[in-house]
Amino acid sequence: MVTMHESDAVAPRRAPLGKARYDDVCLVVPLYNEGAVIGQVVKDAMVTFPHVVCIDDGSSDDSGEQAREAGAVVLRHAVNLGQGAALQTGIEYARSLPGIHYLVTFDADGQHQVDDAAAMVDLARQEDVAIVFGSRFLDSRTRPGLLKRLVLGTAVWFTNKSTGLRLTDAHNGLRVVRVDAARGVNLQQDRMAHASEIVLQLGRTRLPWREYPVHLLYTDYSRSKGQSLWNSVNILVDLVFK
Amino acid sequence: MLIEIVLVVAIGVVTVLLTRSTANARHQAIRRLLLVGFVVVAVVSVLYPAWLTYVAKAMGVGRGTDLLLYALVIAFVSYIATSHRRANLLSRKITLLARELSLAEARLARPEDGAPGSGDTAADRRDDPA
Repeated sequence: MVTMHESDAVAPRRAPLGKARYDDVCLVVPLYNEGAVIGQVVKDAMVTFPHVVCIDDGSSDDSGEQAREAGAVVLRHAVNLGQGAALQTGIEYARSLPGIHYLVTFDADGQHQVDDAAAMVDLARQEDVAIVFGSRFLDSRTRPGLLKRLVLGTAVWFTNKSTGLRLTDAHNGLRVVRVDAARGVNLQQDRMAHASEIVLQLGRTRLPWREYPVHLLYTDYSRSKGQSLWNSVNILVDLVFK
Repeated sequence: MLIEIVLVVAIGVVTVLLTRSTANARHQAIRRLLLVGFVVVAVVSVLYPAWLTYVAKAMGVGRGTDLLLYALVIAFVSYIATSHRRANLLSRKITLLARELSLAEARLARPEDGAPGSGDTAADRRDDPA
């Protein structure tokens, strides 16, 4: 769990370093019917990141209200458009904010860890790279099941073939994108297929990028609404029949 | 047989249409000419069924009704292709509209320029002069 440190001068790199360090970072969180968890997710994130933007993608529950109460800025889609569309709206909003230099795309369901996001921003700053992709498969902390590994492996192969980048994890929602790279993002895939598309568009910016090992928490909650095999069929069709 | 080549080529063309833009004027004109042709052929085949059978035999299909069935399949698949295309364009427009709306809402909620978010959120505590 994330804890607050008042002094950030001597804190180790992976520890949350207080809001001042991350004042030029904006978390972009697509949000759809996550009322059960979003409040806690935003609260945890705001310990480290002062700017959190949630895009309420036409939720039918009180997700938007929960996020707002927890302290996030909430944009609202009048109708449900899909995660890709929500991400694009959030990116367009965040990249136009004055004083914001880094965007972090972050999932609303609590799978991602704030520590990982902070470390990825640190990496982007230290190595002066424009894009940091989170990857589940650079270390062995994350343990997806066999079927999931198979599906994700296929997704990685497809993404690498179509984008020319060599990533170890294609469908990871945790990414750090510097503002200049974010200007090159214009997602047309409204639904799940945006994950490949954003890699393609970020790759086209020709800006330097890295991967960073992250840990995903496969909680019962996230498992219950995770990507099924059916979903990957839909993604493939979306990518081919644009 | 001739009919096999015709059918396979037609299905191929429709599949390509599915993946490509059909929005420009040339494509639209071609679609409309094909539709007119389809109507003419339909009327002729009703008035002179023997003609349909003649064409079918020439193409290697047994009966005129079989040829008609094949033509219908092609017409149906291309209808799916164009309506899929149109639905995509429409949802694109809805997406852009909804996005504009939510970004405009966010601009209205921002009381003064330079502070992200509405005035009552904790995210506003920043002293950025930019």
